[in-house]
Amino acid sequence: MRELLSGNEAVALAAHDAGASIGTGYPGTPSTETLEAFALFDDVHAEWCTNEKVALEVALGASAAGARCLCTMKHVGVNVAADPLFTSSYTGVGGGLVMLCADDPGMHSSQNEQDSHWYAEAAQIPMLDPADSQEAYDFTRCAYELSEQFDVPVMVRSTVRISHTKCPVEPSAPSSPKESAEFESDASKWVMMPLYAKGRRLTQIERRASLMSWADESALNESVIRDPDVGIICSGAAYQHVIEALPNASVLKLGMTWPLPEERVRVFADSVRNVYVIEEASTYLHDAVSALGVSVQDVPNGLPSYGELSPNLIRMGFGTHVPEAASPIEDLPARPPALCPGCPHRLVFKELSRVKAIVCGDIGCYTLGALPPLSAMDACVDMGASISMAHGMELALGPESARPVAAVIGDSTFAHSGLSSLMTTAYNSGAGLVCILDNRTTAMTGRQGNPFNGQALQGEGAQELDLAAVVRSLGIDDLSVIDPNDMQAVRSAIKTAISDRTSLSVLIFKSPCVLLERKRLEPYYIASCTGCGVCLTLGCPAIGRYPENGLSYIDTDMCIGCGQCAQYCRFDAIIR
Amino acid sequence: MTKMLLSGVGGQGTILAAHVIAEAAMTEGLDVKVSEIHGMAQRGGAVSTMVTFGDEVHSMVVGDGEADIVVSFDELEALRSLPALKRGGKLIVNDEVIKPGAVLTGKAQMPCDMDGILDAADALLVPAEATAREVGSAKCANVVMLGAVSTVMDLSEDAWIGAVRANVPPKTVDMNIEAFKAGRAFADEKRGR
Repeated sequence: MRELLSGNEAVALAAHDAGASIGTGYPGTPSTETLEAFALFDDVHAEWCTNEKVALEVALGASAAGARCLCTMKHVGVNVAADPLFTSSYTGVGGGLVMLCADDPGMHSSQNEQDSHWYAEAAQIPMLDPADSQEAYDFTRCAYELSEQFDVPVMVRSTVRISHTKCPVEPSAPSSPKESAEFESDASKWVMMPLYAKGRRLTQIERRASLMSWADESALNESVIRDPDVGIICSGAAYQHVIEALPNASVLKLGMTWPLPEERVRVFADSVRNVYVIEEASTYLHDAVSALGVSVQDVPNGLPSYGELSPNLIRMGFGTHVPEAASPIEDLPARPPALCPGCPHRLVFKELSRVKAIVCGDIGCYTLGALPPLSAMDACVDMGASISMAHGMELALGPESARPVAAVIGDSTFAHSGLSSLMTTAYNSGAGLVCILDNRTTAMTGRQGNPFNGQALQGEGAQELDLAAVVRSLGIDDLSVIDPNDMQAVRSAIKTAISDRTSLSVLIFKSPCVLLERKRLEPYYIASCTGCGVCLTLGCPAIGRYPENGLSYIDTDMCIGCGQCAQYCRFDAIIR
Repeated sequence: MTKMLLSGVGGQGTILAAHVIAEAAMTEGLDVKVSEIHGMAQRGGAVSTMVTFGDEVHSMVVGDGEADIVVSFDELEALRSLPALKRGGKLIVNDEVIKPGAVLTGKAQMPCDMDGILDAADALLVPAEATAREVGSAKCANVVMLGAVSTVMDLSEDAWIGAVRANVPPKTVDMNIEAFKAGRAFADEKRGR
């Protein structure tokens, strides 16, 4: 039966139908729903791991012991998982192991737009590029077969337009479940010390040659010759844009992007007069095709080398008809995302900004603290970097620096990689302030569980770790747990922490994300506003200002009655 | 092939509305793609969802000048979506506006002649929230909008009702079907059918 499925849901269904029984991952847009959908099947075990490296290692262990496994992550998660990834290509697998890597060209919800193809090539992991949900299903089924046939993990590479586009999918008959097998000790395959790794390195090189032959024969790669003047090589979402923009072009659609089907590429190049490569935010395919000695032409009017593609961009690139369109209306007020009304992160940023702290931020909803009017973040690079970058800043600036240095990190990000950063800081007698915003969930990606909220992916029977006890176990005694909705408590805790700039302080701001319980208390209103504007500096979406008189008001439909703003009003005008 | 852009503000139910359209189109035997953006954009930011259906759909992206129909759940987002509208395309707009943060705090201003611009674009303004309240809850304003949208699309009423039924919470099915019919009646009357 045809079902409307996103690419992520299709990968999950295919993994299940291929007999995968174990799923691991770490949430990250646009990959998150894959493992969530997989977890809904009764006959699988699925779990969120603390980070992508751990997730891949758990999957590799389960695979070694014979189970078919699914491992999901976003593109930047592959960086974290890179260590086991490179060596898993030496060990190979037991049961089929498929990774979903969801890229984000255009950076809708990411800090960069790196292309996972480079990892496939560098780690010598076969990579399949579905171009819609049906292919996400079919290619994932195929990936399990490839994984077991060639004894190697296989990556399914998606992008936001594949992961988050729903379209009809017709599933095929489920595979027979894998017979349970005992783990067989084989040091030459699984113990990657130099003695054995050298042997597996040769296996890896030989495997590449056989994969290339397979790719040349595979139906995953399709070519159609239409106009012999224009031959386009593409994959994934870009293929769909190409077909729509240039319906007469000859196309080689690559379903497998590493290794390339070299013979197929050469035959295609010989069948057309001009070869173009169209890909998003990358030169991977261009470079790989050029390396085969194929002369790749520049698109006549060029294409952006960053961001997502679209049919219109391709039409412009080739100088074909672009639909007429109204010009954008100038000066429309922007509508960036904002911290929710009642968000427990808000006052921490407000107070850090009052003491003019240099704030090293991290990845999560709280990155929005960087936007005006809070404007309270000075750096944000990758998961866990807040604590380690703050440590580095402290080392460079010293305790005499005019501004104190603070790290701000969420509970899930702390579990992901902040813990090892904090261990480094503590071990090296580092100083500064670390603020852990414990909102009891992994909020940005849709409120997933993590070790500090005791919620497991498939139920509530998870071990809840005591965040304060974990921090204390690192030898950090200067630790307080603060209610982040209490302005005085936040203010005095920060003041005390930064008063001694030679030591390390950790403040845990503990209060649940407002989207968890969706509690609404009686809303506040403003009774006798003086127009001082302090409440507006909190950046709460429920607080506005009348343009005619500059006085503030509260939108009572949006206000959830948290009372954060009332604490800042020196005139006690915010009441309920 | 029909391309649609649905725009609004995070939390207004644009994604659910897009799923209903897609399901109705699929019921009618058409190929369909719905492209959504998740993640950071959902925290009260501007969101847009793209729906394309027809005998065979390729790109899931609806670019400038390509949308046969633009549906906006907010007047300001309707203005932002105008470049997507195809010449002669239909524009259907919820007559509400949620002011962005910068406007609320006086750092930016709303465009001065929103009504004039929407009128010039021949927008059908739908009192979706008021209508939704009448049938039971402002929360089904998005389904009122779908009722209005259904009058400019060639999908059967049965397909629409079935798709609404399949996508809303079970307890709210009757209310949402009523919301759909109210939106459809409003648009029919407005267009003098």
